[in-house]
Amino acid sequence: MEFNLDLNTIWFILIGLLLTGYAILDGFDLGIGALHLLVKEDIDRRIMLNSIGPVWDGNEVWLVTGGGALFAAFPHVYATVFSGFYNAIIMLLFMLIFRAVAIEFRSKRPMKWWRQMWDIAFSVASILIAFLMGVALGNIITGIPLDANKEYVGTFWTMINPYTVLVGVTTVALFMMHGSIYGVLKTENELNLKLKGWVNNTIIFFVICYVTTTMATLIYFPNMAKHFKDFPPLFILALLNMLAIANIPREIHHGREFMAFLSSAASIASLLALFAVGIFPNIVLSNPNPEYSLTIYNAASSQKTLTIMLIIAAIGFPFVLAYTISIYWIFRGKVKLTNMSY
Amino acid sequence: MDVEILSRLQFAITIAFHYIYPPLSIGLGVFMVITEGMYLKTKDKFYEQMTKFWVKIFALTFAIGVATGIVMEFEFGTNWATYSRFVGDVFGSALAAEGIFAFFLESGFLAVLVFGWDKVGPKMHFFSTLMVALGSMFSAIWIVVANSWMQTPAGYHIVGEGINARAEITDFWAMVFNPSSVDRLLHTISGCWLAGAFLVISVAAYYLLKDKHIRFAKSSIRIALVMALIASLFQLFTGHQSAVGVAKNQPAKLAAMEAVFDDQTHAPLYLFGWVNEDNQEVKFGIAVPSMLSYLIGWDANTKVTGLNSFPEDERPPVNIVFQAYHLMVAIGFMLIAISVLGVFLWWKGTLFKHRWLLWIFVFSVLLPQIANQVGWITAEVGRQPWIVYGLMRTSEGLSKAVQAGQVWYSLIMFTLIYIGLFILFIYLLNNKIQHGPEEADLIPSEIGHPKA
Repeated sequence: MEFNLDLNTIWFILIGLLLTGYAILDGFDLGIGALHLLVKEDIDRRIMLNSIGPVWDGNEVWLVTGGGALFAAFPHVYATVFSGFYNAIIMLLFMLIFRAVAIEFRSKRPMKWWRQMWDIAFSVASILIAFLMGVALGNIITGIPLDANKEYVGTFWTMINPYTVLVGVTTVALFMMHGSIYGVLKTENELNLKLKGWVNNTIIFFVICYVTTTMATLIYFPNMAKHFKDFPPLFILALLNMLAIANIPREIHHGREFMAFLSSAASIASLLALFAVGIFPNIVLSNPNPEYSLTIYNAASSQKTLTIMLIIAAIGFPFVLAYTISIYWIFRGKVKLTNMSY
Repeated sequence: MDVEILSRLQFAITIAFHYIYPPLSIGLGVFMVITEGMYLKTKDKFYEQMTKFWVKIFALTFAIGVATGIVMEFEFGTNWATYSRFVGDVFGSALAAEGIFAFFLESGFLAVLVFGWDKVGPKMHFFSTLMVALGSMFSAIWIVVANSWMQTPAGYHIVGEGINARAEITDFWAMVFNPSSVDRLLHTISGCWLAGAFLVISVAAYYLLKDKHIRFAKSSIRIALVMALIASLFQLFTGHQSAVGVAKNQPAKLAAMEAVFDDQTHAPLYLFGWVNEDNQEVKFGIAVPSMLSYLIGWDANTKVTGLNSFPEDERPPVNIVFQAYHLMVAIGFMLIAISVLGVFLWWKGTLFKHRWLLWIFVFSVLLPQIANQVGWITAEVGRQPWIVYGLMRTSEGLSKAVQAGQVWYSLIMFTLIYIGLFILFIYLLNNKIQHGPEEADLIPSEIGHPKA
């Protein structure tokens, strides 16, 4: 496979970057959600919730924009995947609604049953969202049955197999680790100590999942390693990925939580980069008929649209980065509850 | 029922429900910019408290708007995959622009707007409010542009044939400024202003009737009345422009709006009526003779193309479009009447002395909501049987991989979840209204006090 940095490849990379931004940012708030029920006191649950309070919906915008960009740059991928995975996508949408509503409404009434109900909704939805996204990634690796007209011809159950479930669980574990580190950054006192303990547990959980998934991928889907074999310098990515993961417990041990968080973000980014290199130039692999795969060429919009969007992105992205950074700067430091808090 | 009907029903329900919230956010956004601007100018803490109260209401509508909005963005792919393949090249770029320019702006600065009162200075906070309001309008711009392209496609060419045919962009600006986008955008935005303004008027009038939060209520009503007056009068103009555009670009829709069956000059304008589509007649109707022809061309001799000039399979349903359109127009005039009356009594100094008027104010919140819904029904049902006018039929746009059973399941779930969400919204809105604005001038932030 000849590598050209043409518009199609640029958009493959840009959508990858959007989804990486999403995974790093929404990843920690989904992780906080996954851990939420383990915190028992109401005040602590409110601190957990408010640690992501000002930023969670901004984080979700990365998914919305990623979806929009996919629609625009690779409409066939958008159409095939969303209609083919109908039940899973609808479930994902319900979970996104439940989660948003739970965050927004949980603390609006003081009743215990009310809060408990929304806490469960928030946590279950966070876990399921992470899991479903992992399953979707897993399906991209295993490939899905497509016909010559780019239509999905499997069923809901085609998507579920031990490998895709494994990738789903790994995603949950990854976000739990990422979320617990973020939690340590935002909390104080006892809750902070509790979260520090969880960082260790979730790292272990994640590393077990990570190693298992990596082995399973290399054994059952050796195609994912093809580009690495053809172009060995890419192996540096895999090395960076392992170093980033190994660095997390080291930074935690030295009490440099922010560095641990960056390390965790770097592991997410490098994992997704490995995934992207593995599937390139396919976006959706067709299995059993690989000739029907959706690639960055046969699924793309016209060169004109890709150019226009590149201009839009070039104008918009500096702003997006500027506000994202300023918002995180404004809300830096430990959570303090006020009368505007959740 | 087949996949087509189910998918259309699902899209209609999800979009109608979604469309309760963004107009409120857009309208309230403008209102908050005004009140916070007054705070910056006068340094009167009263305006800050006022802004804070409306920020809470805004945050509520915004949260549901986002949650139901993600559904819309994914639903094109889930239920309308063939349509998505066909329009992705054109429609997708508008959607992506919405994400990059509008959503990030809105959601980023929303954090400062809601949670940043103690974190940033008053000027920076005001700037954030301004950015949130701008972001919500940008979002309206891109989505209305995309929808207008479906009404009056421009700046594209068709590539490929049969199932592989798709629209590809040839001229981005011709796509953005397609023949209907400016008129429809202005019309939609003023509808949003009305939704926000009348929510404020309604809540404030309720306080006056209950003899609570008097200064807050009076001040809110005055500001919102000015907004309502401007927007409702502007609506007359943009509505007229839109109708003229429809007459030119989508004549079948105009014919359905006024139930014109045969080509004619001196076409009448109905005030109301009931269309019998089989006999092609309007029953119980009262019409102004020649008025339709006159309005669309400033000349009673203007010819209006009737539905019978279109092949039978290219005509939209008539009565539903007719009723939706006439209800929208009637409400438009009611809103003008209410705003003008309000401003007139304000000028006479008796605005707050009439309890009957305050009761009208309380219920007036429903009017822009209904008008916004039926306005969109007119636009979308009037476009049928096309999903992209003249290019692709709605029945051709469906997802091929989706079965009726799957859509039944999602349709039922969406309906139930949205009913629940609506009840929750009303419950919490009522709660915030009962709680009211903070009366004291300076309230320290209390730890452990839930956001109420």
